Amino acid sequence: MRRSAPQKLTDYLPITFPTLMLGVFFVIPFGLMVMVSFFKRVQGGFYEPSFTLANYARFLSPFFGEMLVFSLGLAALVSIFCLCLGVPFTYRLTRLSRRAQVIWLIGLLGVLSLSEVIIGFAWSTLLSRTAGLSNLFVWLGLMDKPVAWTPSFAAVLTGLVYQAFPYTVLVLYPAFSRLDPSLMEAARTLGASPVRGFLNVVLPAMRKTLLATFIIVFIFALGAYLLPQILGRPQHWTLSVLVTDQAIYQSNMPFAAAMAVFLVVASLVLVAISGQINRRGGGS
Amino acid sequence: MSLTWLSRIFFACLAIFLTLPIAVIGGVAFNEKKTLSFPPQGFSLDWYWQVFADEGWRSALFHSVAVALIAASISVAIALPLAWFLWRRVAPWARIVEVLGFAPFILPPVITALGALSFWATTGYYGQPWTVVISHGIFFVSLPLVTITLGFATVDHEIIEAGMTMGADDRTLARTIIFPMIRPYVISGFAFAFVLSLNEYIVAYMTVGFTLETIPIKIFNALRYGYTPTMAAVSLFFVLVAVCVFGSVARFGDLPKLLGAWSEGDKT
Repeated sequence: MRRSAPQKLTDYLPITFPTLMLGVFFVIPFGLMVMVSFFKRVQGGFYEPSFTLANYARFLSPFFGEMLVFSLGLAALVSIFCLCLGVPFTYRLTRLSRRAQVIWLIGLLGVLSLSEVIIGFAWSTLLSRTAGLSNLFVWLGLMDKPVAWTPSFAAVLTGLVYQAFPYTVLVLYPAFSRLDPSLMEAARTLGASPVRGFLNVVLPAMRKTLLATFIIVFIFALGAYLLPQILGRPQHWTLSVLVTDQAIYQSNMPFAAAMAVFLVVASLVLVAISGQINRRGGGS
Repeated sequence: MSLTWLSRIFFACLAIFLTLPIAVIGGVAFNEKKTLSFPPQGFSLDWYWQVFADEGWRSALFHSVAVALIAASISVAIALPLAWFLWRRVAPWARIVEVLGFAPFILPPVITALGALSFWATTGYYGQPWTVVISHGIFFVSLPLVTITLGFATVDHEIIEAGMTMGADDRTLARTIIFPMIRPYVISGFAFAFVLSLNEYIVAYMTVGFTLETIPIKIFNALRYGYTPTMAAVSLFFVLVAVCVFGSVARFGDLPKLLGAWSEGDKT
């Protein structure tokens, strides 16, 4: 049973259903959304077929431009935090016994699969005045009285790092698992301390993977929707929140679609860069 | 030696960071009073029974599980034949379909959600319960696609050739060798899609948010209109479901390998 080009008509059967399903329920809706972004909104919350760039122009106005910069900045910050925590963690994780690895992986998958709404609920509780960490600190005598640490930018950032951290580890995991142990052994033989070996040998060897992971986590964080609403204030809203706000509450589908198209373009550019990084030159 | 302890402290801190929010929810869920407070005052399991006793929560739970089961089935139904075709056939254009399989999950979720909203609104089916099932099925295709593709990659060509030498035709090879070997990967893909569909909010909200309440939608609505400890009980229940599902995957499969870890001895 060698790989071969399809010859008979029946050879194409397996890919027919996937193609139809993805074509009808992803490509067409996606294309529809792109079209709507050029439509014109009319009073009453509907839109009419047209071709206007007004929706895109509005997106570049000061207010929305500011939200755009905030969104991208927040995603970048989350990505940096996650890499700083995730890289040493994943490196050490892959050196643990198999059993310990499995337990950690189950926990990480569990957190990763948590609904954004549950994470938001958990952190809003943890940072609240009545049931939060500050009560623990009061009980320990470190604080005079409990305070609320939400809504705030720090709360949004913490929640997003919490949500994205398991994703970061799982993206890094394959590459670190395949890292040749002899690299570190060679460094140790030459007299390098474990820390220096990690910094001078492991990190450079993984640099392409790290950059690609930064981009992937960036896109993941860009998709944050509920956490900014639960843990933050309106000025902490991300693009995803704005898209939904415009589509559902402002009944402005064309503008929502335009913002979504921008998100797609930004994401695709980043994915392309990530792919290019992995493709160029040897080494992981 | 100090580095080892530093490493352990680092792991302990991360364990606390990852566990503490869930622990707080757990504590609140056992609270006797209806008010939100921690440490818990008194001990009560009332809020867990409330999940099943309250019509709204029970209904949302049923909807979430039903949607997740069917959506995960759709995801696997799309991913399995696609992975098979990619493994079995040389057809460069098929890569486009593979990319389409991964795209919904890789792009920010609001993209798929808004596309679905545009599509269902245009076709006139917006708000119908079955639309969220299909949209979830499409959204989570990449999960089984990853695991099943991995499964096919682990099929040892020498075993296939041994079977061919003994006179087996393609159909027999598939039924007796290939599919038994990839069964754990199919099940894992289904499990991943199921758990994530159970917890998904924005696609569900944009397709049926005003007509059908799933648990994530109901929790968010409850958050906005006032706290109730039942939210905490449901959230904890979902955490347990996730851990049980992934624990089962680990028990009956090779979790590190499923997540992409290859040791030198493994065939690729």
